[in-house]
Amino acid sequence: MIITRDPALMQIVAVSLRVTGTALLFSTLVGIPLGSWLGLTRFLGRRLVIALLYTGMGFPPVVVGLFVYLMLSRSGLLGSLELSFIPRLFTVNAMVAAQVIISFPLVAGFTMAAVMGVDPNLRHQVSSLGATNLQATLAILMEARLGVIVSIIAGFGSIISEVGAVMMVGGNIEGTTRVLTTAIVLETRKGNFDLAMALGVILLCLSFLANVLMLRLQGRTFEP
Amino acid sequence: MTDAVYHLEKVSKAYGSREVLRVDFLQIQQGEIFGVVGPSGAGKSTLLRLLDFLEPPTRGQLHFKDYYSANGSRAPLDLRRRVTTVFQRPVLLNTSVYGNVAYGLKIRGDKEVQRKVKRVLEQVGLSDMVKERARFLSGGEAQRVALARAMVIEPEVLLLDEPTANLDPYNVGLIEDIVADLNRERGTTIVLVTHNVFQAKRLAHRVALLLEGKVVEVAPVRDFFEAPRDPRTAAFVRGEMVY
Repeated sequence: MIITRDPALMQIVAVSLRVTGTALLFSTLVGIPLGSWLGLTRFLGRRLVIALLYTGMGFPPVVVGLFVYLMLSRSGLLGSLELSFIPRLFTVNAMVAAQVIISFPLVAGFTMAAVMGVDPNLRHQVSSLGATNLQATLAILMEARLGVIVSIIAGFGSIISEVGAVMMVGGNIEGTTRVLTTAIVLETRKGNFDLAMALGVILLCLSFLANVLMLRLQGRTFEP
Repeated sequence: MTDAVYHLEKVSKAYGSREVLRVDFLQIQQGEIFGVVGPSGAGKSTLLRLLDFLEPPTRGQLHFKDYYSANGSRAPLDLRRRVTTVFQRPVLLNTSVYGNVAYGLKIRGDKEVQRKVKRVLEQVGLSDMVKERARFLSGGEAQRVALARAMVIEPEVLLLDEPTANLDPYNVGLIEDIVADLNRERGTTIVLVTHNVFQAKRLAHRVALLLEGKVVEVAPVRDFFEAPRDPRTAAFVRGEMVY
């Protein structure tokens, strides 16, 4: 199937990449600024926000799936509004929404830890050299880049391996919302272990390639 | 106060209810090396943070040339960029020596980064270490990088916070020579905070003793060491003050 580029398989891979890429983009756009903010500032209620974030990091995906399902269903809080920008159930957008909720706490949490690990005197140092607040924050993020990349890798891992939530809100519909993980579950249930294994190998390869790409972003950080 | 770079009047700094610095009057003159000595916890580093506009004073008036820092207000960026500090423990960016020294120029959008970095690295004797990773430098080399990245932006005032603490005599000598040359050749005003009274004696034109957040005495270096007015200064100079 891989060699012959089976259209159904290619469709599943394409949907997986689309859901993963879009969800990771949104998770990163939300998670990195949130994690940086929590790591760099002190405010009343910060501990509560961090406790909520940690809870989010360990949130069971099926519970997120259930929550998103209930919110987006026709009688749900958001679904009943019937607004054009609110995703409908059993669509790729609904899957992306669930994936973002699952992964952004991981991106934010790891980013926060990375930023907090940077020498606290660095801000004073670069400010003294004439950095603006934004330049100082970017300098800190650059110092924390190893941890920030790890946060993106963690977010990617949680998205690409997720099955419960996408099954619930996507419905595993052939040609539209079937992704590699839900396809593996389906084929295993049908007893097609060869196909399930092939899909698993593709998933592993995609994950490996994406991680290699992200490690390249770390530049010389890993050099001895 | 025509030649004064800094003019402080009734300046205080408090963290919560704890006042750590109270300077009734202090002037630092253009082009001088002004030494600040005192025991740990005397408020020396706090004073430097105020002079570098990293923190605003809690109360009082802090004038920098034509700029006046009102109570609690943050100094504008163009003013902050006229002053910089070399800290006791330099925090270097996780990049090359070149990247560290170029940082201050790059954030200013300077067009001659390469030429200026090359020149300043020659001045501090690190020309052959341009591509070295900053995190693998020795303590003395790291402090020279810190000094170079401060010098390269050509500040009007250079603040030095214990710049040679924990360094070997060779590096102490190198850094003292660089500081003295900078003052003599460029006329840079330098505020030197140090535990080491001998270093203050070697480098400074005037010296202040800070005790428990207050300025005890300010005097030309010779008077400070040979004819101090305050008995606490005399005790400090003789090394009798336990700290």
